[in-house]
Amino acid sequence: MCHTLMGCAGGTFGLKLKSRQPDISSLRRMASETLVEVNDLNFSYGERPLLRGINMTMHRGKVIAIMGGSGSGKTTLLRLIGGAIVPTSGHVKVAGEVVHKLNRDDLFQLRRKMSMLFQFGALFTDLSVFDNVAFQIREHTDLPESMVRDLVLMKLQAVGLRGAHDLMPAQLSGGMARRVALARSIALDPLLIMYDEPFTGLDPISLTVIGNLVRRLTDALGMTSIVVTHDVQESLKIVDYVYFISDGVIAAHGTPDEVRESVAPFVHQFVHGEEDGPVTFHYPAKAYASDLKLETGLA
Amino acid sequence: MPRRVAIGIRGIGHRVIDSTWRLGYASRFFLLILLKSGTSLRRFSLVIRELYFTGVLSLIIISVSGLFVGMVLGLQGYETLQRFGAESAVGTMVALSLVRELGPVVAALLFASRAGSAITAEIGLMKATEQLAAMEMMAVDPIARVVAPRFWAGVISMPFLAAMFSVVGVFGGYLVAVVLIGVDDGSFWSQMQNAVDFRYDIVNGIIKTCVFGVAVTAVAVFEGYDASPTAEGVSGATTRTVVTSSLVILGLDFALTSFMFRGMS
Ligand SMILES: Nc1ncnc2c1ncn2[C@@H]1O[C@H](COP(=O)(O)OP(=O)(O)O)[C@@H](O)[C@H]1O
Ligand SMILES: [Mg+2]
Repeated sequence: MCHTLMGCAGGTFGLKLKSRQPDISSLRRMASETLVEVNDLNFSYGERPLLRGINMTMHRGKVIAIMGGSGSGKTTLLRLIGGAIVPTSGHVKVAGEVVHKLNRDDLFQLRRKMSMLFQFGALFTDLSVFDNVAFQIREHTDLPESMVRDLVLMKLQAVGLRGAHDLMPAQLSGGMARRVALARSIALDPLLIMYDEPFTGLDPISLTVIGNLVRRLTDALGMTSIVVTHDVQESLKIVDYVYFISDGVIAAHGTPDEVRESVAPFVHQFVHGEEDGPVTFHYPAKAYASDLKLETGLA
Repeated sequence: MPRRVAIGIRGIGHRVIDSTWRLGYASRFFLLILLKSGTSLRRFSLVIRELYFTGVLSLIIISVSGLFVGMVLGLQGYETLQRFGAESAVGTMVALSLVRELGPVVAALLFASRAGSAITAEIGLMKATEQLAAMEMMAVDPIARVVAPRFWAGVISMPFLAAMFSVVGVFGGYLVAVVLIGVDDGSFWSQMQNAVDFRYDIVNGIIKTCVFGVAVTAVAVFEGYDASPTAEGVSGATTRTVVTSSLVILGLDFALTSFMFRGMS
């Protein structure tokens, strides 16, 4: 589908193609197995269409970033991939299955292979850090408690919080809670992990650590990671491919190198955080003057 | 004018449709809980954990209230009965009032405000903080894992709490009538024993508490699960739990009483 470096949907900006040989990584990408396929996806909450004709292809062993202003529907896209909501039209395929066509049992089978890191962690407040990470292992396997313990401590070690295993979520800072949630989401070594803004609210050190962890886990386990993020610089270091969402369509997409060098106005604005550009800061509204009742006659 | 009337009628229609819809939704939810109770019954430790929160932690308020209610019954009963020279029947009066009515009803009202509201708030907050959504994404059914254990814990603890209420209440009546006022000890207990029938009084009381337990806990888990996922949503749901379950308890009590005790016997 979207292997071209041009935008997939109408009215989008193509990234400038650099004149060089098709690199090895893109050849490998073609050859490797597709895990997630988003096909002409449309979604709206009520009247206002939120996503319009989204197409994406994600391969195993890759880290894919989804970027876009807040309210552009990134979380919604993740929820669509996870089968929590049903698209208005189009479909999402994960591991070859159309997610919203599955019945509940099959969906739950599929979800054992995916996991999602929620924007605010969503740790179970009535369980300790240890029990949070152990939750899925206990629910879905019959491992003896000694092995559960080893697994949980390994996952916590990976996020640097082994020492915090007997704290309750209320005793954690926002960044720590995020890291525990990360440990929880990798508990069963899923095929696909969706991270909803994993870097927000982290200090620079944890940010680098978590970023590298996402990369290493993806490589080591051959899974696919989808990272929704605003942190352009940090994520460009670790991801393989970037999609920009704006106004409900994929405004641009490409590899980090292409993104950095892109002169497409949208990408340039986003990567450099400029105020002026094709993306507007304001939620759609009527004209400012008329909202303030500044009639020409009165003013 | 006719426009206003039309709008008014439409409003009523909306309300009726909404409440009917909600009632249907609640019934369906209740059926789902029953269908998905397998996990709770297989892994009973889940229910035991909740039994501690709903049952054990409600013991204090239930016992203290029971004691006071029993003491008041002792005082008022003595006050009235001694006019007819029947003060030794005060034990009977205290016991029957508690076992038939006040035990089940007051214990259920207290249970609704102590445990029911806590259940609603907890489930509502779990929803508001996306814990339930996270659980769904982990392929674990929140109704089976979160709602059903709380439901069964409430249903199981209610009869025991009501029994506790009645027992402590009888003791309170004894304290006031026998220890403080000086009614004869022997006749207090023997009249009580003669008058209270196991099948007619105690079993009927237990049936009431079981019905109230199901009603209160069902309302509490439903309101929590259905709460809109915001701070106002959760606080509104908590209030609704207490109000709705109190009304349901009193309404059901009248219905059950009219079937159980019809002045015969
Ligand atoms: N449950 C919902 N019902 C109605 N509108 C919603 C709901 N969830 C999100 N929205 C709206 O959809 C838009 C996109 O939300 P979201 O996907 O969370 O954006 P992002 O994660 O990119 O910040 C927002 O404008 C938000 O107001
Ligand atoms: Mg979001």
